[in-house]
Amino acid sequence: MKYWIGAAAVLVVAFLTAISGINEYFFYAAFVVLQFMVLATAWNILGGYAGYVNFGTAAFFAIGSYTGVVLFKWLNAPLAVQIVAAAAVSGLLGFGVGLLTLRLRGIFFAIATVAIIFIMETMMINWRYVGGATGLQILRPDVLPPFASYTRMLFAVMALLAVIAVSVARYVQVSWIGRGLRAIRDSEEAAECSGVPTLKLKLFACTVSGALMGAAGAPMPMYLSFIEPASSFSLNYSVSALAMPMIGGTVHWLGPVIGALLLGTIQQIVTVTISSEINVLVIGVLLVLVVVFAPDGVIGLFKKFVKNR
Amino acid sequence: MNFTRRKVLSAVGAGAVAAALPRRKAFAQQGPVKIGMSMPQTGSLGAGGQAALLALRMWVEDVNQKGGLLGRKVDFTVYDDQTNPANVPGIYTKLLDVDKVDLLIAPYGTVPTAPIMPMVKQRGLLLMGNFSFQVNAKVQHDMWFNNSPWNDASSWSDGFFSNGQKLGSKTLAVLAADNDFAQNLANGARELAKKAGIKSVYDQNYPPTTTDFSSLIRGIRAAKPDMVFVMSYPNDSVAIVRAVNEIGVGSGVKMFGGGMVGLQFTPIMSTLGSQLNGIVNYNSYVPGMKYPGIEDFLARYAKKAAEAKVDPLGFYLPPFNYAIGQMLEQAVNGTKSLDQKKLAEYLHKNEMKTIVGPISFDKNGEWAKPRVVQAQFRGVVDKDVEQFRQPGKQVVIYPNDYKTGEVIAPFEKARSAKG
Amino acid sequence: MDFSFDLLLEALLFGVLLGCFYAAVSIGLSVSFGLLDVPHVAHPAVMILGSYFTYVLANYGLDPIVAGVVLMPAFFLLGILIYRFYYETFEKRGSEAGVRGLAFFFGLAFIIEVALILGFGVDQRTVQAAYIGSSLELGDYRVPYRMLVAFGVALVLTFSLTIYLSKTFTGRAIKAVAQDEPALRLMGANPVRVKQWAFGIATGVSALAGAMLIIVGPVEPAMDRLYIGRTFCVVVLAGLGSMTGTLAAGLILGVAESVVLMMFGASWAPAVAFGLLLVVLGIRPQGLFGR
Repeated sequence: MKYWIGAAAVLVVAFLTAISGINEYFFYAAFVVLQFMVLATAWNILGGYAGYVNFGTAAFFAIGSYTGVVLFKWLNAPLAVQIVAAAAVSGLLGFGVGLLTLRLRGIFFAIATVAIIFIMETMMINWRYVGGATGLQILRPDVLPPFASYTRMLFAVMALLAVIAVSVARYVQVSWIGRGLRAIRDSEEAAECSGVPTLKLKLFACTVSGALMGAAGAPMPMYLSFIEPASSFSLNYSVSALAMPMIGGTVHWLGPVIGALLLGTIQQIVTVTISSEINVLVIGVLLVLVVVFAPDGVIGLFKKFVKNR
Repeated sequence: MNFTRRKVLSAVGAGAVAAALPRRKAFAQQGPVKIGMSMPQTGSLGAGGQAALLALRMWVEDVNQKGGLLGRKVDFTVYDDQTNPANVPGIYTKLLDVDKVDLLIAPYGTVPTAPIMPMVKQRGLLLMGNFSFQVNAKVQHDMWFNNSPWNDASSWSDGFFSNGQKLGSKTLAVLAADNDFAQNLANGARELAKKAGIKSVYDQNYPPTTTDFSSLIRGIRAAKPDMVFVMSYPNDSVAIVRAVNEIGVGSGVKMFGGGMVGLQFTPIMSTLGSQLNGIVNYNSYVPGMKYPGIEDFLARYAKKAAEAKVDPLGFYLPPFNYAIGQMLEQAVNGTKSLDQKKLAEYLHKNEMKTIVGPISFDKNGEWAKPRVVQAQFRGVVDKDVEQFRQPGKQVVIYPNDYKTGEVIAPFEKARSAKG
Repeated sequence: MDFSFDLLLEALLFGVLLGCFYAAVSIGLSVSFGLLDVPHVAHPAVMILGSYFTYVLANYGLDPIVAGVVLMPAFFLLGILIYRFYYETFEKRGSEAGVRGLAFFFGLAFIIEVALILGFGVDQRTVQAAYIGSSLELGDYRVPYRMLVAFGVALVLTFSLTIYLSKTFTGRAIKAVAQDEPALRLMGANPVRVKQWAFGIATGVSALAGAMLIIVGPVEPAMDRLYIGRTFCVVVLAGLGSMTGTLAAGLILGVAESVVLMMFGASWAPAVAFGLLLVVLGIRPQGLFGR
């Protein structure tokens, strides 16, 4: 119950912020942080809970974006419809990828997911309807009141998506699904032998993870008023979606939230003040530091701190 | 408000001090006029962008020496988008919402400019275009003004096709990068070729990250076209020129080139040297063309370029970038305001006087009277920058107003011609 | 587009040369990932580091191939350092660390990429040499010399490594540690030192591979992302641990890419490596010649 009160409070605060008078750039930057929160949370369902390191985040995210674009161009679909459709398509992609690759171990699974990114990107490059490698300019529809600008509305939408994603992750974590996934992570063979339906659970995690990533991708073309394949399918998304839960802690739904807030905010500040290259450097350095020194992330450090008191 | 004694005295004191300071540039008190843009200073368009930026900075200096705009100093904020369109929306959002600029200039090039067209239309902002091609065609923003001497595809390809047909060309190969510029031009060129009765025997788009063109050149050679119309960005243009020199495009090709960006940048011209010979390509200005005030500008530019270590000749972009500044100056002074709508109206209604001649805009914000030249590289030698200062290395074959020679064909023969 | 037999033949010829080049750039990974099981996704990034160092040395007048050879000892040491760090931090701690080892190498790849951008900018870099820019004329066909050079170096590399691994003592120790580490330990050899040495060799070879990369075409810092697909495709298709398999797999990839390029255009070519990789992982994950 406490959780739901907290979630509602977050939504109210987000909405009030969106109609307040804060500088426009805040929403521009905060949107990205919230988007990463969704991506990190989604990644963690498969990567953290089940231990299957998915490097294909960019593919699910970008396919979500492109689904939104197709619906907008073809039917002038409103944002809500785009998001639901994107979730469906990326969820389907997750299911398909899962069927193909979940038999592979460790690094092979990871490399296979990277392959998905490039293959999807090549398909989009060859599809003129969505602009090919050139990309598409997108004219947003008018913004609905009470929001003063489209970016503010997107901020509120992304806040809602973040709450939904975290709620889903929390549900998975505490339910029997989460227990099953943890069993798979600890020892897949033992889990199989004890009767855990490993394939079904893994496919479930893949599908849900993919769907949430797709949902996060749908508002992106509206946000930029532009879409093109190279940046949409960028490996930066994959590595960020992996680094954030690792920084925050992979066992609990709070981990990706903390990681996204931390790394995401640092990235936005660095982009505004220094340059966007340093952004990538920050991801790389933090990832290496966390993986070497604090493998259980911030949550792990916190637990150690509490234990030692 | 409470006027304490201290406050009044300090105000008087400040006024006295201010009055006592020597006035060199009496700028008005409302603060500077902020002009902002992103310029590709690295990446594919980098070499051109750096030269363009130098010209814009020259204009800012010149205008500040004259007392600024509306009596206020001009502040110029520039970021590097690295020729990556993904970086541009963020940069312009920052310019508008964090740096709070008053006037926007577009980045050099179609590819970096395309992403922000919807944004400036929806925020109702004036945007001074910078050598983009048909980037406003879909968005149709009425506050867009392009500095480049072309209009639609025909202003570009007419010169190429008409000369090709004079030589008896019947077939065409099209090689186009999959980016905004090349696709805009390719779509237009294909239509025009069809109308002129030219048959297409080869038509390929390539992803902008392609680095090896041997397969594509081989394909072109096998198709045996009379003309090869290439639309490429600087990195690809260099690779294509190298591939053509490496494996050859076939002895039947009469004309090669047309829309290759980058072969106008001095660093690229001097790197490629004799490999350029025979190629017919577009340009905005070659030595010999008479524009009022351009030779003074180029002389001043050359000095600054030597210090800044950028393109020492400055023919292609710098004069036209300086012209952007001149147009802004005339519009602001003409309307005595920074109001985006008023400036746009002024620019639509009036002919601008610039160092590249008079400029007037059609309703899409492009030049009403295009002035693109097609020129053939002839007799270029390796490792010599200064050779390009003399007319003759780029022989203008179109339009008639500026023509200095006839095209030499076939392409293979022109490569060894002495000029 | 008309299908021409001539064009196909030329595509095949180019594909063979390209394939040997791909084999050469993957052979380091065949050792580090194929034999040693190190999830070295930073292998292309290290190779591109080699390309940039070659560029710097070439600017001082050194021929690019010579520059590549000169860099090999330095990269050998770099490889030992990287492996040492990886071993101490991850391999020692067991299998869960495998995931984090992977994350570590991705982080390393990113760091190298950004360091190159900060040091050299995002612009493409090329080198000049007598054999770059001209081609051999065989009747109607034109074979670029730079591809022949890459082809030659690739063959030399592959055969030297194959001979090294099967004929020399350390070479066979490397193969032994890949097959059966406890047995090796029981025989008195230190497996960590052997693996370290092997990783060093793999990285040293990457320096030469980097030199070839910049001979064959321009390089830029973000290229490592595309080469992850190509190198892993070759190594997985070959089957882990087989050197001659790497050559064969490289040829298959090179020819496949070249033919796809000819028949379907340049926009499908990047997907060939990754598509082939998925197919191999799906149908025959142990590769063609794997252990």
